[in-house]
Amino acid sequence: MNSWPRSCTHKLLFLLALAVLAAVLSLCVGPVTVSLFARDSLSRYIIGYVRLPRTLACLLAGMALAVSGAIIQSVLANPLAAPNIIGVNSGAGLMVALVCAVAPQYPFLTPVAAFLGALAGVLLVLALAQRTGAAKLTVVLAGVAVSSIFGAGIDAVVTFFPDALNGYSDFRIGGLSNLTLAKLNPAGFIILAGVGCALLAAGELDILALGGDTAQSLGLRVKRWRLLLLGTAAALAGAAVSFSGLLGFVGLIVPHMARRYVGEESRPLLAACALGGAALLTLCDLLGRTLFAPYEVPVGIVLSVAGGPFFLWLLLRQRGGRSRD
Amino acid sequence: MIELKQCAAGYPGRRVLEGVDLVLPDGQITVLAGPNASGKTTLLRTILGLEPLLEGDIVVDGCLQGALSPRELALRASYLPQSRPVPNITGGRMVLHGRFPHLSYPRRYRPQDLQIAREALREAGAEGLEGRLMPALSGGQRQQVYLAMLLAQQTQNVLLDEPTAYLDVAHQFRLLSCARRLADRGRAVVLVLHDLCQALRWADRLAVLDGGRLQMADSPEKVFASGVLNRVFGVEVRRFQTPNGWQYYCEERRPPSPQ
Repeated sequence: MNSWPRSCTHKLLFLLALAVLAAVLSLCVGPVTVSLFARDSLSRYIIGYVRLPRTLACLLAGMALAVSGAIIQSVLANPLAAPNIIGVNSGAGLMVALVCAVAPQYPFLTPVAAFLGALAGVLLVLALAQRTGAAKLTVVLAGVAVSSIFGAGIDAVVTFFPDALNGYSDFRIGGLSNLTLAKLNPAGFIILAGVGCALLAAGELDILALGGDTAQSLGLRVKRWRLLLLGTAAALAGAAVSFSGLLGFVGLIVPHMARRYVGEESRPLLAACALGGAALLTLCDLLGRTLFAPYEVPVGIVLSVAGGPFFLWLLLRQRGGRSRD
Repeated sequence: MIELKQCAAGYPGRRVLEGVDLVLPDGQITVLAGPNASGKTTLLRTILGLEPLLEGDIVVDGCLQGALSPRELALRASYLPQSRPVPNITGGRMVLHGRFPHLSYPRRYRPQDLQIAREALREAGAEGLEGRLMPALSGGQRQQVYLAMLLAQQTQNVLLDEPTAYLDVAHQFRLLSCARRLADRGRAVVLVLHDLCQALRWADRLAVLDGGRLQMADSPEKVFASGVLNRVFGVEVRRFQTPNGWQYYCEERRPPSPQ
């Protein structure tokens, strides 16, 4: 009885330290190593105009996609769901491509459009899940189909408007080069607000994960909270996609790693996802920038190469998982 | 206390319950019995607002159910569904979730919630399970934890849908004894039971449903004597006297032998 409830503050502090370390390394290490305290103009330029926007982008995108993934997995009660798998990222990507093609003079529209695309993806899958009884495999297959339709839409936009997405392959794979602080401006705030909202709604997320009937019998307005939480997940994923492209895997593997580390309770889980996602993406981007310097490997490739086998190992180790009475 | 007045429930075009008038009184165990698809689970789910009420009224502790918010309803009635996902959380956290309707924002559990959860664990015989993960528990242990969650919810009305399914006899008795203690303390306890003999033995009031209609609701002795169980289930229900009261058993109904 003394060990319950357990605190995992020390684990979250470790993840915070890891994220700070990753950020410091990302700022200092690269083709040219610079000190954070250097006062010469070149070092300050490199940090202020090149590495700081990129590091912030990594931290924000990692945080957003991991938290989005954790929310989607809990609300759909499906550990296989993630923003890139169920069509949320590609929905956002399609809208970003459309804005770039049709209204490139209004860049501030990009995060809004990305949110709408992501929301369309998540609502489509939610509707399909409810119609089919939310069978885990059906949700994933529906998501793959939705993702593929949106992906075809992105390809069509790029075919008809070849100049719409500069660095199209970077966008498809997910990359964080050529970013400025201005490009992060609306999306960054959306992400911070989204993570804050998710943490505030952690209690409701815990109750939703018990299943719709139990949640409602505990007094939760299930439909309203499902929509609110999936809307938050869509805003997070959409904001991240608007500047980082279609980064996969973070939203799938980080929530799984975080669950193993801090357990399933939503408040520590979401905090662990935010910190862990930020640290993982920043470290992967650092690897992509430095491993084959002066060539740069997009962070999406590094994530897939490093994260894929790790995820397979996790799956092989997993003995049980969720079940039903 | 819950009162159902001329209730019809189900879906437009497919009614599951029709014209049900039933009182689920405080201080008693009411058992809902009936063949498969007779509307027992739908009745419980309609009381909780999980299925739409098409006609009639449901009054929960003096308030119309439709006028209550989900939280207000959850403060009056708790529910153990037949089937539910098993989350990968500890038994203690599961029980603590029973306090959810009592919390305001930001939904942080208070020391008194922990205390109530501990007492509920003890009451349900689930002490020692608070630190163990739900998927690692046996079916009986999980059911004890779910029961503790309901106890932590501290509602006047407790609705349990087939709580003894998949439990061995000892666990069944433990659960039913807990239901009896709740009723003795003045709570309205409603059980859906498939085991007719157990239903007759434990109920203060037995409500028999068939084809979505209430056939009879009275004391087990009167229901037994009326023969409604034989008619609805197509079996012969018999009983014999023991030092602990009547014991019931069922026999297959035999076709009349040719003369």
